[in-house]
Amino acid sequence: MAPQLADLTVGQEVARAQVVVDRARLVRYAGASGDFNPIHWNDRVASSVGLPGVIAHGMWTMGAAAGPVADWAGDPGAVVDYQVRFTRPVPVPDPGEAVVEVVGVVGALDAEAGTARVDLTVTVEGARVLGKAQAVVRLA
Amino acid sequence: MPVDTSYAGREYPPNSVYEVGAVKIAEFAAAVGATHAAHTDADAARALGYPAVIAPPTFAVVVAQRAESQLFEDPAAGIDFSRVVHADERFTYHRPIHAGDRLVTVLHVDQIVERAGLAMITTRAEIAAEDGEAVATVVSTLAVRPETTEES
Repeated sequence: MAPQLADLTVGQEVARAQVVVDRARLVRYAGASGDFNPIHWNDRVASSVGLPGVIAHGMWTMGAAAGPVADWAGDPGAVVDYQVRFTRPVPVPDPGEAVVEVVGVVGALDAEAGTARVDLTVTVEGARVLGKAQAVVRLA
Repeated sequence: MPVDTSYAGREYPPNSVYEVGAVKIAEFAAAVGATHAAHTDADAARALGYPAVIAPPTFAVVVAQRAESQLFEDPAAGIDFSRVVHADERFTYHRPIHAGDRLVTVLHVDQIVERAGLAMITTRAEIAAEDGEAVATVVSTLAVRPETTEES
C-alpha cells in the first residue's frame, strides 16, 4: 500500500537504509552516468588534487539516497522535486567499502499540493555528507 | 585563466535529441542501487500508469550534462575541471522520464558569482519532450577553486 498523505505527521521517520559503495560500484556509476572524472576511480589523480584518495561521485550519493524514499512512496515517479548540497566527500577505500546511512523524516506536508517533503540525513561514519537533502513526494 | 563571468545569462540553442533507452535506465538504476521494479519491469511501470519503465529521480543528470558540456568544454569560459567541486544539485520533475522519451535540453547559465575566491557557476537545464512538453528542470551549482601558482 502506498502511504497516504493524511496518515503522515511532521517528524515521522519514513525511510531508513544503508547503501554500500565500493570501487566497482563507482566504475559502474561512471559508465552508467557518463561521469568519467578520474578522481572517482584513480587514486593517483585524486591524491594529486588534494583528496585522501578516490571519492564517490556526489551524484552517486544523491542517487543512492533517493532509493529508500522511492521505495517508501511505492513509486519512483512520485518524487517530483529532489535537491541536495554536497557538503563532504565520501572516500571509498580499496580494498573495502564505504557505508552510506540514509534516514528520511517527514519535514513538511502540503495538503493542497498533495505532497510531503522528506528531509534526508545522509551520513558516512556519523558525519553528514549531504546538506539540505530534501525530496518532495506526491502522494494520494 | 579565470572564469569568464560574462557567460552569466547565456542561453544555448536546444541540444541534440537524447533518446532514452530501457537498458540505460536499468544500468543507471543498478548503479545507484534503485531497486524499484518500475525501473526494470515494463509491466510494473504500466501498473503505476506509465507508458514504459521510468528512470530514477537523478537520471536527468545524464541528459543535463550533455547540455552542460557546451559550457564546460568551451575553452573561452575558463572552467578548469580539475579545480571544480560540485556544490549543489536540484531536480524538478513535471513527469518522470521514461524509456522511449526523445528529450531536448536547453541550457541556461543562470549565475556566475565570485565568493571567497571561488567562482560559483549555476546552470539550469530545461528538459522537454520533442513536442515541447516540459519534463524536468535540473539546476546545478559548481564551485571552481582559484588557480594556485605552485603545488602546495
